[in-house]
Amino acid sequence: MWDGEAALAALPTVLEGFGVTLVATVLAFALAAVLGLALALAQRAGPAWLALPVRGAAGFVRSTPLLVQLFAAWVLVPGLDAPVLGVLVLGVHYATYLSEVYRTGIDAVPKGQWEACTALSLPRRRVWRAVVLPQAVRNVLPPLGNYAVSMFKETPLLSVITVHEMVHEANTYGSTHFAYLESFTLAAAVFLLASWPTSALLRRLEARLAH
Amino acid sequence: MADFLPELSRAVPRLADGLLVTVEATVLGAALALVLAYALGLLSRSARPPVRGAARLVVEFFRGTSLYVQLFWLFFALPMLGFRLEPLACGVLALGLNFGAYGSEVVRGAVAAVPRAQTEAAIALGMGPALRLRRVVLPQAHALMVAPFKNLLVQLLKATPLLSLVTVPDLTFQIDQLRSSTGATAASYLLLLGLYFGLAVVLSLGMNALERAAKARAGQEGGV
Repeated sequence: MWDGEAALAALPTVLEGFGVTLVATVLAFALAAVLGLALALAQRAGPAWLALPVRGAAGFVRSTPLLVQLFAAWVLVPGLDAPVLGVLVLGVHYATYLSEVYRTGIDAVPKGQWEACTALSLPRRRVWRAVVLPQAVRNVLPPLGNYAVSMFKETPLLSVITVHEMVHEANTYGSTHFAYLESFTLAAAVFLLASWPTSALLRRLEARLAH
Repeated sequence: MADFLPELSRAVPRLADGLLVTVEATVLGAALALVLAYALGLLSRSARPPVRGAARLVVEFFRGTSLYVQLFWLFFALPMLGFRLEPLACGVLALGLNFGAYGSEVVRGAVAAVPRAQTEAAIALGMGPALRLRRVVLPQAHALMVAPFKNLLVQLLKATPLLSLVTVPDLTFQIDQLRSSTGATAASYLLLLGLYFGLAVVLSLGMNALERAAKARAGQEGGV
């Protein structure tokens, strides 16, 4: 049965894990946001010899399980610390999702904007940097935020390569103190408390940007 | 590496068992998720605030707590309350609840996207609420649901290796056994990634066919 004292005792450990979870999410998402844009640009603006392999590789990474990718990277890439490797794999996996988000955002920029650039004979670099990307990024901010929330909820996977994030800590505490019920319920509550307000904020952002 | 191929051919029956478990978890999880998606999605459009509120609460709960926490909670914490489920049942339940919550948003959005005039026309023709939903609103909503459901289904398939963490002998579990018995790490994991990719492609092609069928049924041949 539920033991309030055990829950209180488990709280510091779970919160310590939450810190790791949060840092991992922020770093991996920063990597995914930058790499995702690079992947989208390679497919959208790059030459065919680059665009096709990038599309194929991104599709493969996107369609295979993150857990297996983590296992594979863990044994095949030696010499990296578990947290570093975890952030890299998580970041690359989500970059393949975000590249699709960016692509949709770029495609949503009205055709007239491109035509105006041609009429002004703007150089290609300026077309992307000054006209298309600022509008595309504005289009994709809400979906990017939603992916950040779902990445946050997938960080527990890093525990399989011994990263001491929240679910790993909850699991360890649960097994050593025989308090699985309390430790996992706390972890669930922390996820709920952290992702709920974020999702609500994102919905408001989406509504504001829609006008 | 030299003895990987003979080991692999000996392991084929076990890998086939693992593949079957993965497919079983995907199909059962998706079936449960689909039922929940419809129930929660339609209930969260109810005219009665308590019903709508309760449905929203369930959806937000299962979307907001991570799938991994839900699975581990069912496997480790639930037995402490006196209920012990089979590992595969834990997995199917966690997948169904989590993806059902996400899917309910798809159902809700698709039903809301059917033009209001369609419902009004059905009312003018004297159709009752159930008949309206079944013959007018849902067929049009289905055509909109298939593409997002395809994404969710591939996500669900990609989440099934998680079940190997709670001792379900799925494809990942079996290939991990093969890897530790042969030491051929790279070959084993490449094979595993390739198999999941193949499964994802098969699912996507199947869902594309379903989408064409749903659009044809709703009289939208050639796309929306």
